[in-house]
Amino acid sequence: MPAAPEGPSGTPRLQDAPHHDRTDPADPGPARTDAGEHVADRTPDGSDYAWRGVERALLRMRRAVLLMILPTVLLPAAVLLGWLAGPYWALLVLLPLAPAAFGWYALARNWRSWRYAERADDLLISRGVMWRELTVVPYGRMQLVEVTSGPLERRYGLARLQLHTAAAATDAQIPGLVPAEAERLRDRLTELGEARSAGL
Amino acid sequence: MSGEHEQPGEHEQPGEREPPEPPEPGERPDAHGQCGEDRREPGPFRWLPNRPEGTRLHPITPWRRTWAPIAALAVFAVQDLNRAREWITQLTLGWVLLAMVVLLPFAAAYGFLSWWVTSYQVTDTELRIRSGLFFRRVAHIRLDRIQAVDVTRPLLARVAGVAKLKLDVVGTEAKDELAFLGEADAVALRAELLARAAGIAPEVAPSAGEAPERLLARVPTRMLTVALLLVGTGWSFVAATLLVPWGMWWFTGSPGAAIATGVPMLGGAWVSTLGRYLTEYDWKVAESPDGLRIDHGLLDREHATVPPGRVQAVRVLQPRLWRSRDWLRMELSVAGSDGKSVLLPVADRATAEEVLARVLPGVRLSEAVAGVQPVPGRARWAVPLWWRGYGLGVTGAVLVTRRGLLRREWILVPHAKVQSVRLKQGPWARRLRLADVYADHGANGSTKAGLRDVAEAHAVVSAQAERSRTGRRTAGPERWLT
Repeated sequence: MPAAPEGPSGTPRLQDAPHHDRTDPADPGPARTDAGEHVADRTPDGSDYAWRGVERALLRMRRAVLLMILPTVLLPAAVLLGWLAGPYWALLVLLPLAPAAFGWYALARNWRSWRYAERADDLLISRGVMWRELTVVPYGRMQLVEVTSGPLERRYGLARLQLHTAAAATDAQIPGLVPAEAERLRDRLTELGEARSAGL
Repeated sequence: MSGEHEQPGEHEQPGEREPPEPPEPGERPDAHGQCGEDRREPGPFRWLPNRPEGTRLHPITPWRRTWAPIAALAVFAVQDLNRAREWITQLTLGWVLLAMVVLLPFAAAYGFLSWWVTSYQVTDTELRIRSGLFFRRVAHIRLDRIQAVDVTRPLLARVAGVAKLKLDVVGTEAKDELAFLGEADAVALRAELLARAAGIAPEVAPSAGEAPERLLARVPTRMLTVALLLVGTGWSFVAATLLVPWGMWWFTGSPGAAIATGVPMLGGAWVSTLGRYLTEYDWKVAESPDGLRIDHGLLDREHATVPPGRVQAVRVLQPRLWRSRDWLRMELSVAGSDGKSVLLPVADRATAEEVLARVLPGVRLSEAVAGVQPVPGRARWAVPLWWRGYGLGVTGAVLVTRRGLLRREWILVPHAKVQSVRLKQGPWARRLRLADVYADHGANGSTKAGLRDVAEAHAVVSAQAERSRTGRRTAGPERWLT
């Protein structure tokens, strides 16, 4: 994966639109298969920090959800249409397949857009393709670090990290981490948060 | 209970308990004498639930709770306008009558019992409020986390000589207010709570008394009157109240529809005109070692004390018609309270400048406002016309965002209060190379600097994270007198 685009003064940047492997959106490229991949950015003071992506299993999980939802919605609709209006009308339900195909592709783009970086004093989370968002949370402001893992996430060996600050508007979460990484991150954030603690 | 706080739990008196009650830490003598005697009530009061330790609320409280369902119609209309509006839209006469007949005995019993089981207690570090008839609840409110203390005296409460006391702490709920206390008790309790929160030694805190105050600003009645006459929302509500119900009547031919639309609008018109006038009448802002004191109200007197360093954001407003006079309205956000509270309903710029310098030490309004940079011209394609109103400025102590074309609004967030910074960019903004910057603060809000150039936005986000981290170092201690 190419180095994350760098700001004029080494400031964190939102990544640009699909930045690699445009030919095959389903293939994220070898570098992304491993969440431990490091892409060095340089901060103004010269210290390194690395953007990390989220696990590929997250993409698999989301695609599986898409595949599971499609037939449960489409099949009853097809049966109903076929029964009420005639078998040819039932083919109408194939129309949503195009958006679904786009969804398949969009999930990959979205998955690739998720990344986070631990800097010396704050955590960066960047996400989104069409609507991009970059969140910066200073460690000292973290009130609570939460690791959750639902049944489906556990099935795919994933965990989700959620950060809370005193501001409810802070919506900082990282989905799709390996549990070990989520716990490492949680412990590290808690430790840094204690060291730099600042309340309201 | 003025000046008579003792630490419960320091002297055990289990021998005084009647058998059905478990041995509890000793009660404190109480100015009303309610606590001590009632707890040991033999015979007829046996069937009552155990009374929690601590001081009881004023004996008038159950009456207020009893009458609550009916008071919705008569009392709240005078006393609590916002709530009255909600109720009136929901109630019809039949329901009210039914409520009178059926609910009154239950409400009376409930009111009495809930008063019976509610008590409060001040310890060195906490205010404990015990409440709940079926589900017992003890709220431990840490005094060093107090964000503001409000003492409210609604009109009827003033007649009865009682007051409500409410502590704003992150996470407190409406039921954590102490309603009602005797007026003198409420003032003494406020003084004690603030003294303890400030870090005064626990032995002297109960007798520390009120801190001296210095008046910063007082809004003259004439200024307030003129200012409210120059606010567009009030007039538009009044106009709508006059026109829409008639229109409805003419259009549908049924007076019912006219009333149904007219009553809520009348409420709205009341709240934004006369109601606002009554609330903002005789507005005083004073300064004391305990922080800012805000006193106001004609019928309902309200008081708020905001300790130093608690203000998360200040919002400065200027309606279009105030611009020629250069008057400003100021609101402040404090963590834990619901929404924004008014700091000054109207003030000239010099007063506003002075008050702001007290609220956010080291911040000068003129400097903050002058430092606001406009957005690039291409922003007109994102927000036509109104793009001119957007702006962002950074001074040494605050982040300033500006918004609005006719009614201008500045939001000042001290760097030390910024909890997280976000940058957002939608597809259209990306085409225009623009992005929005959000700074989230602890009062459940965030300020948005819209439509910045994307490179600038990135620089601001990065620098703001740094500033909010270092800004914290200069902040004062949570216990402000230590």
